[in-house]
Amino acid sequence: MYDGGKIIFGLIIFLVLVTLPFTLSIGKDYTKVNPKIDTPEIMKLPETERKCVESKDFMRKEHMKMLIEWRDAVVRDGKTLYVNSQGKTFNMSLQNTCMQCHSNKSKFCDECHNYVKVKPYCWDCHIEPKENIKKEAAL
Amino acid sequence: MSNINRREFLKILGIGTFMGLGGWSIFEVVGKGEIEAFVEKYKKAPEALQAKRWAMVIDLKKLDQKIIHDCTEVCHRIHNVPKILNPKEEIKWIWEEKFKNAFPEMKDDYMSPEIKNMPVLVLCNHCENPPCVRVCPTKATFKRKDGIVMMDMHRCIGCRFCMAGCPYGARSFNWRDPRQYVKNENPEFPFRMKGVVEKCTFCYERLDRGLPPACVEASKGAIMYGDITDPNSEIRKILSSNFAIRRKAKLGTKPSVYYLL
Repeated sequence: MYDGGKIIFGLIIFLVLVTLPFTLSIGKDYTKVNPKIDTPEIMKLPETERKCVESKDFMRKEHMKMLIEWRDAVVRDGKTLYVNSQGKTFNMSLQNTCMQCHSNKSKFCDECHNYVKVKPYCWDCHIEPKENIKKEAAL
Repeated sequence: MSNINRREFLKILGIGTFMGLGGWSIFEVVGKGEIEAFVEKYKKAPEALQAKRWAMVIDLKKLDQKIIHDCTEVCHRIHNVPKILNPKEEIKWIWEEKFKNAFPEMKDDYMSPEIKNMPVLVLCNHCENPPCVRVCPTKATFKRKDGIVMMDMHRCIGCRFCMAGCPYGARSFNWRDPRQYVKNENPEFPFRMKGVVEKCTFCYERLDRGLPPACVEASKGAIMYGDITDPNSEIRKILSSNFAIRRKAKLGTKPSVYYLL
């Protein structure tokens, strides 16, 4: 191998650079995303009623799509009721339905959104639950 | 395969074609109950008030300062409309105008000062032929099936073409974040953000819940509303027995707000 030493030296530098994101985070705290769904509003409900409009799995994956569909149905078609896969009916409203149960925006919405660095613009206009503001003021 | 006859061959060919055309996938989908088209996911509330075209009649004889104040106050309060005093930046959904300004084409040199300065409540006219909708590049403002000229704040890019298009000045632009200018917010209704245009929405959110528009409720009978396509509606009866005018009707926008003198 011609210039073997240089090549191996270059490879080592390359490997160090590539693994830098991993090696640098050794020993650092691993931020675990832990959205909370134990608001007083939810805990008040009897256990059998503690269900979101759709299954947890569906909501985790599809809530963003669902919210956009809800928005279009309400604003553009004037349809305000959502019939879920179980046949149960809900009023479609971020402020008046979702956040009535999930009154902990910072622990429910922001927890994951901050982690994955997405900034949904919902709260530019929609009013977030009051409780939240009090908590933030106390901190 | 050697002893297959013509009839057998055609049968196999037929079944094969059927399956090939998506026959099998149909069974799969039906089995899982996943045909969404059959399930109506979004519905109107049963108590929602419906009309072919909503319209309003405002009786100017019954208007006084208190009613005008109550109507504007309740509208702006429940819709989180900010109170900005600078007239260049103010936001208004419903407001008071002098007769001579609300109906400029009727101004006359010999008109009595009482009539000239008579207070008139003005708001979005929810035109049948709305120029604001025609000029909106993003379809953020659109006409609902029931005639209400609506705003979809999510789509508004703040170009203000609609403000230039509206001959009634019924639209306001948010020059600044409205939040700090609302004292007692209504937690059931959203705000708007800096950079969007807003206006009266005929209380679509109340109609959808079976309630009349807030100004109608606060007006003590001075404002009436109803379906103008229904000959038995309250407003049609009023219009058939009274002389009513509309703002700048000659422009051809066909406003849905009528005024009784």
